Amino acid sequence: MNMLRELYGQIIMDHYHRPRNRGEIPDADLEEHLLNPLCGDEVTVYANFDGDTVSEVKFSGRGCSISQASASMMTERLMGKSREEAEAEIQHFKNMMVGEEDFPEHDDLAALKGVIQYPSRIKCATLSWTAFQQGLED
Amino acid sequence: MYEAAKIRRDFPILSREVNGGKLVYLDNAATSQKPRQVIEALTDYYERHNANIHRGVHRLAEEATAAYEGAREKVAAFLGAPETTGLVFTRGTTEAINLVAHAWGRKELREGDEIVLTEAEHHSNLVPWQLAAQATGAKLRFIPIREDGTLDMEEAERLVGPKIKLVGCIHASNVLATVNPVEKLAELAHANGARMLVDGAQSAPHLPVNVEELGCDFFACSGHKMLGPTGVGVLWSKPELLEEMDPFLGGGEMIREVHLDHSTWNDLPYKFEAGTMNIAQAVGLGAAVDYLDALGMDNVREHERKLGEYAYRRLSELGDITIYGPAEDRTGIVSFSLPDVHPHDLSQLLDEEGIAIRSGHHCTQPLMRRLGTVATARASFYLYNTEEEVDTLVEALVKAREFFGAFAK
Repeated sequence: MNMLRELYGQIIMDHYHRPRNRGEIPDADLEEHLLNPLCGDEVTVYANFDGDTVSEVKFSGRGCSISQASASMMTERLMGKSREEAEAEIQHFKNMMVGEEDFPEHDDLAALKGVIQYPSRIKCATLSWTAFQQGLED
Repeated sequence: MYEAAKIRRDFPILSREVNGGKLVYLDNAATSQKPRQVIEALTDYYERHNANIHRGVHRLAEEATAAYEGAREKVAAFLGAPETTGLVFTRGTTEAINLVAHAWGRKELREGDEIVLTEAEHHSNLVPWQLAAQATGAKLRFIPIREDGTLDMEEAERLVGPKIKLVGCIHASNVLATVNPVEKLAELAHANGARMLVDGAQSAPHLPVNVEELGCDFFACSGHKMLGPTGVGVLWSKPELLEEMDPFLGGGEMIREVHLDHSTWNDLPYKFEAGTMNIAQAVGLGAAVDYLDALGMDNVREHERKLGEYAYRRLSELGDITIYGPAEDRTGIVSFSLPDVHPHDLSQLLDEEGIAIRSGHHCTQPLMRRLGTVATARASFYLYNTEEEVDTLVEALVKAREFFGAFAK
């Protein structure tokens, strides 16, 4: 299970078992639900804005360790960002997940790098990010 | 004497390795592996007989036609169909049911009519009827399942009334390991003047099937789940019913006479086989049916029943596990969940050991909701699987639980 130790590194499992910002925000400025039709996993992302800035962000739903850990990391990443910055972060992340951009070295997100080797799991990692992206577009 | 170890030698893929381990293929409800006999039938067809069928006046066309029609005869006999005119080749179960939903449904259904299905349908026997209902104004009704996954037949009797035009049901569940009493449903349907459709995708590969004894009007199944190639499946129906139905797809072969403004239809079953069919695949399915016949479907069913029961018992011994479906009378499918290990993570871990299982909603999202989950893990066995493979699965599940448990602490 060596490959898996790499894939399911401590950081991913930490975010999975101790997710940051898990929960719901009633009447949030942004609320977007997204289903992964391949597996039935679902996520809802919520955010409030202070002016143009993300002041509060949460996620809820059910999914595998990759999707839950990635959602948890996303909330940390997008907190305090402007709408434009958040959009750029999401695009950057999605590019990384298809190998078009490099992963940052000293960042929790780097833990998701191993997922690229498993094409069927990339959608798990991008689910919450895509939900937030769609929420921003609405 | 049924010997899985000997049968396995006919399946070249079963001797390959995955991630350094021996392949343990437990995703047979998704698709089965193919024996050498089927692979050779495809090769032989392409190397020696390939031509387009039915209209060519040359040797190869005659040989190809004979091979294709020979396959039809084999499959008809395999399903207990009294004649070949009611046996239509399709792309698979999904296309067969869509054919019925269009060619029969659009013609026969009216506003206020009712279609009765079950809560446990595969999307392939649900979505085509949703579309037919939208197009015609018919309504969908659903027979619920009981807590153990079996159909609530009392509720079925209440639901099936004079407004019903069609009852549709999966013969064997791809999740719950149940075999549904479709004969009884057919009686109920017919007593109310309705038609009975049986989705046999998970039964034809695993149980002896006789469409006449089932008493159904439509029976659909897929070749690739029963040792055959992808791209070929079957719709069986009564010729008099097929005769009344409109065509599904228009084009070559399905016509008798074509004018610029109208056409007349070919004889059965060709009326429903528009365009060039998957000829080699049909021939391959014929070889698959030969293989199954030689083993005997009673023997296949017995082998899988034992294997399914063994797997149910071994998995139950793990303690903290949910296994879906009834405790007895199971097919060779075991759907389950381990607490704290998502099915996707689980199948990834098992893949590292060379074990192929499926995780997800298994194309039964309404059933998943009924079971209170979004996804399960599923191990599905076939005629070549062994108890040793069940043991390998159980050992890997124990490891997976330890692996995830270690992080949770």
